[in-house]
Amino acid sequence: MSTSTQTIEQLANREYKYGFITDVEQESVPRGLNEDVVRLISEKKQEPAWLLEWRLKAYRTWLTMKEPTWGNVTYGPIDYQDMIYYAAPKKRPALASLDEVDPEIRKTFEKLGIPLDEQKLLAGVAVDAVFDSVSVATTFKVKLKELGIIFCSFSEAVQNHPELVRKYLGTVVPYSDNFFATLNSAVFSDGSFAYIPKGVRCPMELSTYFRINAQNTGQFERTLIVAEEGAYVSYLEGCTAPMRDEHQLHAAVVELVALDNATIKYSTVQNWYPGDKEGKGGIYNFVTKRGSCLGVNSKITWTQVETGSAITWKYPGCVLIGDNSVGEFYSVATTNNRQQADTGTKMIHLGKNTKSTIVSKGISAGHGQNTYRGMVKIAKGARGARNYSQCDSLLIGDRCGAHTFPYLEIKNSTAKVEHEASTSKIGEDQIFYCRQRGLSAEDAVNMIVNGFCKEVFRQLPMEFAVEAQKLLGVSLEGSVG
Amino acid sequence: MLKVTNLHAGIAGREILRGIDLSIDAGQVHAIMGPNGSGKSTLARVLAGHPEYVVTAGEVVFDGQDLLSMDPESRARAGVFMAFQYPVEIPGVNNAYFLKAALNALRAHRGEEPLDAMDFMVLVRDRMKQLGMDETLLNRPVNEGFSGGEKKRNEIFQMAVLEPRLAILDETDSGLDIDALKVVANGVNAMRRPDRASLLVTHYQRLLDYVVPDVVHVLADGRIVRSGGKELALELEEKGYGWLPAYAEASARPANAPDARGRG
Repeated sequence: MSTSTQTIEQLANREYKYGFITDVEQESVPRGLNEDVVRLISEKKQEPAWLLEWRLKAYRTWLTMKEPTWGNVTYGPIDYQDMIYYAAPKKRPALASLDEVDPEIRKTFEKLGIPLDEQKLLAGVAVDAVFDSVSVATTFKVKLKELGIIFCSFSEAVQNHPELVRKYLGTVVPYSDNFFATLNSAVFSDGSFAYIPKGVRCPMELSTYFRINAQNTGQFERTLIVAEEGAYVSYLEGCTAPMRDEHQLHAAVVELVALDNATIKYSTVQNWYPGDKEGKGGIYNFVTKRGSCLGVNSKITWTQVETGSAITWKYPGCVLIGDNSVGEFYSVATTNNRQQADTGTKMIHLGKNTKSTIVSKGISAGHGQNTYRGMVKIAKGARGARNYSQCDSLLIGDRCGAHTFPYLEIKNSTAKVEHEASTSKIGEDQIFYCRQRGLSAEDAVNMIVNGFCKEVFRQLPMEFAVEAQKLLGVSLEGSVG
Repeated sequence: MLKVTNLHAGIAGREILRGIDLSIDAGQVHAIMGPNGSGKSTLARVLAGHPEYVVTAGEVVFDGQDLLSMDPESRARAGVFMAFQYPVEIPGVNNAYFLKAALNALRAHRGEEPLDAMDFMVLVRDRMKQLGMDETLLNRPVNEGFSGGEKKRNEIFQMAVLEPRLAILDETDSGLDIDALKVVANGVNAMRRPDRASLLVTHYQRLLDYVVPDVVHVLADGRIVRSGGKELALELEEKGYGWLPAYAEASARPANAPDARGRG
C-alpha cells in the first residue's frame, strides 16, 4: 500500500466527532405503529381534526404500500413495529428567553458548536433548533415578525397559522407520494415552518439544526416553506446526530412552494452518524424533498452537502409549473467506509421556457458506494424547456464505487437537454505533486476534493461553505494514499 | 549540500539506478544528461521522494539530513523542489491559492508567519514580472487546460516563488519553444546564488546554451559514466552517446534496454 493510500485510510478512520448522548428526560409513546399511535401523536400535539384525518388517511395508505427496493443500496429489514414514533423532552415550558432552555440541551448545542445566542444575529442567522422532534428554542422571531415573516416549528404553525398549513400541506408531496413520505405524513413529529409574505426579502439566512437524540426514535420531520409573490428566502439546514449502535430511521419530508417571481434557496449540510468502519450503526436517511415553482419566474435552488448517514436516499426535486420558472440542484455526496448514497434530483418541466440545472459531485472512498439518480421530465406543453445536467464522480482508493442513472423523458420537441458525466480518480500523482510542494497528504486530498466540489460550494452561503469544506475534510479523513 | 552515495533504486521490482554517486555544492548548477531510459528522471523522482520508487541501497544526505528517510513533504519543506516533467492538473483549485498554501506550508516549517493575501500577491506579481509571465495563469485551476509550455512555465514560476535550496528540473526544457525555454533559463539563472543549487535533468544540450552548468554528468544504464565541465555537453551534442565506452557496453546488455525506455 502506498503512503498516500495509508493517509487516506487514516483520514477515514477518524472517529465521528459528534457522537454523544444527552441525558434529558424523554416523553415517548409506546413502541410500534397503529392507528392509536397516530391518534396519540395528534392528540399530544393538540392538532385540529382535519390534520388527524390527514394523518390517518396517510397511515391507511401506508399499510397498502411496500418499501421501495429500486435504490442502489442494501440494508437489513427495518422493523417498523419496533420503533418509537414520538418522543419529546418532558420539560416543555413556554420559553421567554434562552436562559429557560434546559441546561442539558444547551450543553449539547454548545458541544455541537451551535451558537444559540445573540452572536447569531450578528451573523445574520435566526435559529429554530429542533431537538428530538420538538422545538425548544426559537430566536429572532420578533425581528422576523416585524416583516411579517413567520418562522416557527411546524407544531406552532399548526396552532397559530392553521389556515396556511392547511392550504399548503401535502400540495407538493401528497400524503400518498411514496412509502417513506407516507409514513412521515402519518407520524410526523415536528419540523420547521416558514412563510415569507408578498414582496418581502428575508434579511437573514433562516437556519435549523436537526438532531436525533432519543434512543430508537425515528425522526419524522416535516418542513414547509412558502414564499409568496416576489418573496425571497434562503434556508439552511444542518444536521448532526449522536453515536448509536443501532440503525436509526430518518424519513423527513420537505415541501417548498414558490409563487410568482419568488425565490427559495434551500441548503443542507447533512452529517448524521455514518456508522463505524464496518458499517455498524449509522442513520438510514430516507428523505423526500420537493419544491413547487408554482408561479411565473419563480426559482428554487437545492444545494446539499451529504457527508453523513449509513444510507442516504434522497432526491430533492423541482416541479416547474410556472412559465419561465427555474429549478437548480447542486449536490456533493461523499461516501466513505461502508456508507451508501443513492441521491440525485427530479426536474419536472411543465411550464413554458422552464429551465433546470443539475450539478452533482459524488465522492467515494473506502468501500463507499455512491449513486447519482436523476430524472429530467419535459412535459408535452413545456415549450422551450431547457436542462443542463453534469454528474461527476471522484474515486479515492480502489474499493469504492460510483454509479450514474440518468433518466430523461422528453415529450416536447423544442426542449434542449444536455447531460455530461465524468468519473475520475484522485491520482497518486496529484497527491505527490502537492506533497512535493510541501503540503501534507491530508491537505492535498482536501484541496483536490474541494476543487472538485467548487461549483457546488459556490452556491452555499459563505459561512456554510466554510463549514462544508471542513466537514468534507473530516469525513474523508484516512482515505488518501 | 547534496551527497548521493551508491544509490540503487527502481520501480515495480525493476532496478533502474545502479549505484549513483553525485555531489553538489551550494552555488553550483549540475546537469545530468543521458539517453532515454538511462535513469535520469528516476534519479529526480527518487530524490523528490516519489512513493512508487523503491530505494534498495545507498544514501542521500541533504544539508546534513538523511533525505531518504524523509517523506516528500518534509523534503519539500527542507528546500528540495522538483519541476515536474509532466505537471499534474488539479481541477477546481486556483493556481494562486495552491501556491499560497504551498508557500505557507514551507514558511510554517521554518517557523515564519504565513503570508497574507496582500503580501503574497506582491511577491507573486514580482516573480511573474521577472519571468515575463501572464498574470491570467494565476486565476486558472492548477495546470488545467494549460498548454505544455504553460505547464512548464508554471513550474518555473512556482520555483521562483518557493525559492528552494535545491531545484531539480526534470526535463523541464523538453518540448519548449525558444521563448518558453528562455523563461526556464531565466528562472534557473535567477536561482543562482551562493546558498542554492540546481540539478538539471535534460536530454538536449539546448538549455545549456542559456544556463551554463558547473558540472555535466552523463548517465547511462543507471550509472554516471562520465562527469566533466560544460564542454562535455557540447561534445555529447556533437557525437551523441554512442562513443562513450561504458554506454556502448551498457546498451549491449539485454536485460535493461527495452523496458527501461520511456521512463526517461
